[in-house]
Amino acid sequence: MSLSAALTSGAVVTADEFTGPSPADFYQPMWDFGWIEITRPMLVLVLVTILACWIMLAGSRNASVVPSKGQFYFEQIYDFVRGGIARDMIGPNYKKYLPLIFGLFLFVLLSNLMASTPFVQNPPSARIAVPIAATAVVYIAYHYVGFKKHGFLGYFKFMVPAGLAPAMVPVIFLLEAATFFLIRPLTLALRLFGNMFAGHMLILVFVLGGEFLLFHDNWLFKLFSVGAFGMGFLMQIFEILIQALQAYVFALLAASYIGTAEADEH
Amino acid sequence: MLAHVTTLAGRLVASGGGEGGGGGNDGTGLPILPHTGELIFGIIAIGIILFVAWKKVVPAMEQMYAERTAAIEGGMKQAEEAQAAAAAAKEQYESQLAQARAEASQIRENARAEGAQIVAEMREQANAEAGRITENATKQIAAERQQASASLRSEVGRLSTDLASKIVGESLHDEVRSKGTVDRFLAELESGQIRPEKVGN
Repeated sequence: MSLSAALTSGAVVTADEFTGPSPADFYQPMWDFGWIEITRPMLVLVLVTILACWIMLAGSRNASVVPSKGQFYFEQIYDFVRGGIARDMIGPNYKKYLPLIFGLFLFVLLSNLMASTPFVQNPPSARIAVPIAATAVVYIAYHYVGFKKHGFLGYFKFMVPAGLAPAMVPVIFLLEAATFFLIRPLTLALRLFGNMFAGHMLILVFVLGGEFLLFHDNWLFKLFSVGAFGMGFLMQIFEILIQALQAYVFALLAASYIGTAEADEH
Repeated sequence: MLAHVTTLAGRLVASGGGEGGGGGNDGTGLPILPHTGELIFGIIAIGIILFVAWKKVVPAMEQMYAERTAAIEGGMKQAEEAQAAAAAAKEQYESQLAQARAEASQIRENARAEGAQIVAEMREQANAEAGRITENATKQIAAERQQASASLRSEVGRLSTDLASKIVGESLHDEVRSKGTVDRFLAELESGQIRPEKVGN
């Protein structure tokens, strides 16, 4: 992974001076057509889409009561989202939101795992545009559900819990409205972006540092590079955990927001 | 997550490698500014995935789950039916067994009653037979005794008169006299007034 990561990142390895990875390394333009600029994360997104559709279609095609081996593995993922996220967070009406929650979970999971996929090693979710796109879908979905369920004014009224002292109502309303319209989408997008961005950066630091030490003239530095690569490896294992966890958290929060909007009482 | 964000902030401040923060359309903006092309691609990618999940995957899976539920419930129903059938068969078997038992006990009862009746009849018959035999024997004995007594009486009378006439020397064959003497003697003999030693003396 070290070589391709080093090649795709713009970090410069010289004999005497080490230049660490920077946020600018995540911007990787490939072709500029003038009206649109194709970047590497966009190509990875295409791969993610193809992979997600293939997993879903292969896993659910000829879905039978007694599952085949492939269907069995797919059911593990599907059941995890269906029973562990959607049903728990949304409640009895969870079934109509399953495509949304499951699709988002798979999209975010695969996008995250691209950071640890050989020859790709670049998570699209570390580019803010991707978390924003995913959050936009959730944002539209839960407000749509809320407005449809409670009516336009009813939705705003629903944000304030019943039985509140009248003096408190405006304050709580402002806080709740800010939560519903600003804080939720911001945290949802930035949480995913920040985790993937920082995690990838962390691995880059160890791997690029190790590479610098390995190619340094001083033999002692070459010895230290083992430790740096070892840490990079450990961080890689740790990152896979974070990648799966962040996909779960994203799907869980999306389901939670929809569940709140769908609820009868705040 | 907090640690990650701190790292991120530290990197942002200390970023020196590339030019700019990698955000925006030309990679020079802050990292939290989206690249338009990536945003569009992201939305399209999510749209395609959600569409496939909505149209193909979730319906297929939910239908399969419904079928599985139905299959499991159907299996349970079948098992319940089999159980009910077994219970009915057992009940029938038990009622038949009870019926057979009752029948057997009745037959035994009847046999016992019949046996007792037969025994009683036989006993009665035997008693009757025994009575009849005893009666016959008694009658026969009485008749024989009567006969013996009658013959003995005439014999004894004749012998004693013969003896007496031989002793006395005169014929005691006079009917009237001898008859009274013999009768008196016999009557005395029967009443025990005449003792053998007296006769002998």
